Amino acid sequence: MSSKTVETLPEATVLFAGDSGDGMQLTGTQFTLATAHAMNDLATLPDFPAEIRAPVGTTYGVSGFQLHFGSVDIRTPGDEVDLLVAMNPAALVVNLDRVKPGGTILVNSNSFEKKDLKLANLKENPLEDGSLDKYRVIQVELTRLTRETLKDSGLDHKAIDRSKNMFALGLSLWLYSRPIEPAQRWLTTKFAKKPDIRDANLELLKKGYHFGETTEQFVTRYEVTPATLPPGRYRAVQGVQALAMGIVAAADKSGLPITYGSYPITPASDLLHALSRYKNHGIMTIQAEDEIAAIGMTIGASFGGSLGITGTSGPGIALKGEAMGLAHILELPLVIVNVQRGGPSTGLPTKTEQSDLMQALFGRNGDAPMPVIAASTPGDCFEAAYEACRIAVKYMTPVVLLSDGYLANGSEPWLIPDPDSLHDFPVEFATEFNAEEEGEEVFWPYVRDEQTLARPWAKPGTPNLEHRVGGLEKADKTGNVSYDAANHEKMIKLRTEKVERVQQDMKPLEIFGDEDADLLIIGWGSTRGAIEAGVTRALNAGHKAAAVHLRWVNPLPADLGEVLSRFSTYLVPELNNGQLVRILRDRYLLPFEAMNKIQGRPFGPSEIERKIAEMVG
Amino acid sequence: MPPGVPSGDGASVLTRADFSSDQDVRWCPGCGDYAILATVQRLMPELGVPRENLVFISGIGCSSRFPYYMNTYGMHSIHGRAPTIVTGLKTARPELDVWMITGDGDSLSIGGNHIIHIMRRNVDVQIIMFNNQIYGLTKGQYSPTSEIGKVTKSTPFGSIDHPFNPIALVLGADAPFAARTMDRDPKHMKEILRKAHDFKGTGFVEVYQNCNIFNDGAFFDYTEKATKSDRAIFFEHGKPLTYAGGTRGLRLDGFNLEDIDLESGEWGVDDCLVYDETSRELATILARVYWREELPQPFGVFYREERPTYDAQVNDQVNAVIERSGKGSLEDLLAEGDTWLVE
Repeated sequence: MSSKTVETLPEATVLFAGDSGDGMQLTGTQFTLATAHAMNDLATLPDFPAEIRAPVGTTYGVSGFQLHFGSVDIRTPGDEVDLLVAMNPAALVVNLDRVKPGGTILVNSNSFEKKDLKLANLKENPLEDGSLDKYRVIQVELTRLTRETLKDSGLDHKAIDRSKNMFALGLSLWLYSRPIEPAQRWLTTKFAKKPDIRDANLELLKKGYHFGETTEQFVTRYEVTPATLPPGRYRAVQGVQALAMGIVAAADKSGLPITYGSYPITPASDLLHALSRYKNHGIMTIQAEDEIAAIGMTIGASFGGSLGITGTSGPGIALKGEAMGLAHILELPLVIVNVQRGGPSTGLPTKTEQSDLMQALFGRNGDAPMPVIAASTPGDCFEAAYEACRIAVKYMTPVVLLSDGYLANGSEPWLIPDPDSLHDFPVEFATEFNAEEEGEEVFWPYVRDEQTLARPWAKPGTPNLEHRVGGLEKADKTGNVSYDAANHEKMIKLRTEKVERVQQDMKPLEIFGDEDADLLIIGWGSTRGAIEAGVTRALNAGHKAAAVHLRWVNPLPADLGEVLSRFSTYLVPELNNGQLVRILRDRYLLPFEAMNKIQGRPFGPSEIERKIAEMVG
Repeated sequence: MPPGVPSGDGASVLTRADFSSDQDVRWCPGCGDYAILATVQRLMPELGVPRENLVFISGIGCSSRFPYYMNTYGMHSIHGRAPTIVTGLKTARPELDVWMITGDGDSLSIGGNHIIHIMRRNVDVQIIMFNNQIYGLTKGQYSPTSEIGKVTKSTPFGSIDHPFNPIALVLGADAPFAARTMDRDPKHMKEILRKAHDFKGTGFVEVYQNCNIFNDGAFFDYTEKATKSDRAIFFEHGKPLTYAGGTRGLRLDGFNLEDIDLESGEWGVDDCLVYDETSRELATILARVYWREELPQPFGVFYREERPTYDAQVNDQVNAVIERSGKGSLEDLLAEGDTWLVE
């Protein structure tokens, strides 16, 4: 290391981009793992095309993995990229606008042949025409070096070329002084049964790492010192993993068996994959024939005394709407997970968006409100899922849990929670008569708890509590079918009031930033990191601002009105065309300003910072 | 009120009345549904199943009001989706005795996708499909089983839709048990329902049910005294296919059934096909005897195939995983994979 200068950085953003078959997600994941081991705080953003294997070399086949890490509090996957690793011209073209001026671009120079340029719609070679002059470009012959390294490996050409991402990974790890051992351990386990592949990958990883040391192309190597995170044991966690573990925690703490019904859909399928491995934790999974079946099965399971959970994305929710209304009127516990993606219709299946909020709040026939909870970071998906389950059972209601593509696929260091620290999760099934009719003791399924307005949960198999439920309006208390006008209005109000009472279970709102500011930013869901990082930057720049983040979007917290009254201007950033902002305007009649981004990508802190400066500067 | 009346030996014996809920039955007077309800309520005490373990799940339609009239656990769900509710309920609670009530529109039109999937999965449930060949609750549109040319409110010039043959449809979806009976023959209906209940798996029973308001007499050829004997054949496992008081029979000629006269001297009972309800081939042939002028309409158990049920298999798999790797520990799961300590 003697010949190289080492520069210490507070934070850095790296983006790996290549063909969807180039293994960029894997490269990014392994770089993330090494970064976690280097004790940096981090946030990631995988960004892949909807096509599984789009034609090689095309711009629409580009798959990317962005990682932001540092010794400071990292709240987003990064605004501007410090290092872009581009495996081909298409990857360069698609991602160039994300690289900051003066940033580094590492390209596989072997993939800039005429045909490669043509596939990326380039007339000139960007490595030669001066268009990259404002960046530091490092050309590495990745393909040639890979072939040379593996010429005696016995692997065929295709297998050899496919491994070049390991060379790139090794080189990137060296460049940012990351440990190489986590990737080595992973390769050894992953390819335990394919020793030739394992050895080839290990060799390339090492060669890439050493290449950085020996080549004169690099004069500087970077170092990012460990972040000061709260003490405890950590792991890197993706939102989808955290959500699945939150469900397992709910099963564990409540003692309820959980039935998860789902139909494959991007980006929610990974939740089905994760939960299907957790059978020994009391989770039963059913891959249903369609979205409607998936929720129907979970309603059946909840009727039977399990906790039914169904997960999908926006188009699936559209199909589940009628059954969600059934769950609402039956007053059975149910959790409906929506991992939101770009819409409408099929929209942008692999990109993130927050555009299903109105659907979650109102997307059913009749007045059928349900509690809506939103996760705010990948790790927070754990607690959001746990709370969704707890509230569903406590209030005997379906609960919508909103995640999104960014949260599901993104990852961050996660302080592993102590199961004993989780909220109590008591469950009580009805076993006794609860009313009197004509001098006889009877069971009425719609007699309510005074505090929560929840009805009793009497599961089949319980003697003497035989009862019928259904989608027709039911008489108050007895649950018998009723077409009575006054009763219908009463029942609508009762069910609505029950959902409102979830406010009892909310923690007081916390204000982030300067409480004396005039401007309050109101956010929900996955924008939390960008909003709070943007506020921090604004504060550092001398602009006064504060932010409040909504864990529950329905009902709105009881103290929100009071919090709003302490400010005079309001900004509502959302990754949609303006949804929460309409709810807030309707409820509080205050001048909320909308800030919308609908590009399939999360906000960056600088966007928030600029907007704050514009509003208060 | 605890169910049943004390019997001689002190044990509680349930009666039909114990299975009637306190709700007024609201079907049209003269509807075939009454006979089905009465038959089911009479059958229940004979099954020996504790009342609290019985669950009736339905979709939407006239027939689907059924659970409200049964004093058991029950759910009147949404249109076409009862098979999904049943699948979830049985998977979560395999020990329950679940009955699904549906109609031709509910299960073959809006619920078509679910009915085929519950068949292939073989969820342990009895399905009673009331087939009246009409939409009753929406006041008289043609249904997926209505005959071509049917004039209804929505088809003033006659329906052009080719109708489904329900038994052939479910056999195509690998139904493990498929049978047909009729509302006007409660004795036969009760025996068929009992067989469906005895069967471990999806017991599908199609019941011809007269809608006296919108499709009166649709099945009278098969159900009424004057023609029943000549137009309907009641077949049983291991017995020759005979009808018309034993004067006529069906023999197999290649893959085709031939109607034979057992009094002519040319044919005898021994020439008739002896039915085997475990034969998929015979079930396929007999299921295709459907509204044929030259042949009687078959009633009975077309097919029975024992195979593992979905609900049992899901639970077996869970138990096998627990046996192999032990009950999962939440603490271990949370700390799975690469972890590091921040001091």
